[in-house]
Amino acid sequence: MSATVNPPVVFTQDELGWVSWIDPLPEAELTERHFNGLVDRARAKSEYFRLLVRDPEVLEARTKTDKDIFYNVADGLPRAERELAAAATSRYNGCIYCASVHARFASTYSKRRDDVQKLLDEGVNADLGERWNAVVKASVALASTPIAFGPDNIKELRSAGLDDAEIVDVINGASFFNWANRLMLSLGEPSK
Amino acid sequence: MAPTDLIDKLAGIEPGSALDAIRAKRLQARENAQKSYLSLFEPIDAGDVSLLERAAVAAFVTGLHGESPVATFYRDKLAATTGGAALLEAIDAEIARGQTSGPYGSFPPGPLSVENTAGLIYRVGAASKSALGPRLVAALEHAHLLVFRPRDAASDDMKALLAAGWSNTGIVTVSQLVAFLSFQVRVVSGLRTLAAVNA
Repeated sequence: MSATVNPPVVFTQDELGWVSWIDPLPEAELTERHFNGLVDRARAKSEYFRLLVRDPEVLEARTKTDKDIFYNVADGLPRAERELAAAATSRYNGCIYCASVHARFASTYSKRRDDVQKLLDEGVNADLGERWNAVVKASVALASTPIAFGPDNIKELRSAGLDDAEIVDVINGASFFNWANRLMLSLGEPSK
Repeated sequence: MAPTDLIDKLAGIEPGSALDAIRAKRLQARENAQKSYLSLFEPIDAGDVSLLERAAVAAFVTGLHGESPVATFYRDKLAATTGGAALLEAIDAEIARGQTSGPYGSFPPGPLSVENTAGLIYRVGAASKSALGPRLVAALEHAHLLVFRPRDAASDDMKALLAAGWSNTGIVTVSQLVAFLSFQVRVVSGLRTLAAVNA
């Protein structure tokens, strides 16, 4: 661990760095198998991805799952609300790094930066209006162990105007961050 | 015919159903969730984490989430893995010992400390240690941390895994395994709930 790590102590929309606690692969040792795992060659510059690329096949599948859940905006939930599900899950699980990235995306796509900041500052019980409250509540129920997601969450999402395809996007987006949060939180730490 | 998609199978999604059509709109995600499963449980290289270790951690992690088709699937998988039958008793006992509710844990000292929530710091029971061996003991303790209190994770937890004989690559794979299962069990639960509401 580098001596220059300066961990954030609050949730923020600022850009943060991330420092690995174990050894990423050196860039010079990456082979074609690794570059396939990285999906985007530029990710070779990232310590996080050079760590995960130790298991290239899993990283490749994880990355493609992630990209489709969040970036495939054909039909379904608007990108802003997928990012809200990611940010709410990260807030609830306690991943300051993941929350910072996806809170920024939620702000960018929704133009509701103050509401996103309210989620970070006040936590998952912040009042963000019916539709966002339903998305946050569903994300929190899914992130709980044992899983607390139930018919009431579906009912609330429907009352807020979501159809089944959009509800599946909430389920996918929130569930995916239970994957991402655990990697980011346990393999290294954020730094300002 | 294409091989069965595991999430569809565990969620009870039938070909041609409404949820099948919705999942087809996120085809890359559906196919790569399946590839993630295959890369973890039928890896091209199991040198850093054995198939038995993968199955044991999976049965433990999904069991910690409570009874479900997912937990049953991975318990059966452990039973069917070479050497797995001998671990079932210990894994069942450790699931029972590890049951709690999450997420809990501590934030970095500062304004968020008011949100710190205490909870079980799980350690493998003495009676299970000889059956599991030191590598799996360390892996289960780490898996419990990831499932219930991921925000407590610290660099010392990496040192504990390294000291128990896990390589850097093995730690990445075990972490992906626990994190992927945390995703899979939730997607299945969410889809099952939606299907039940519509039934």
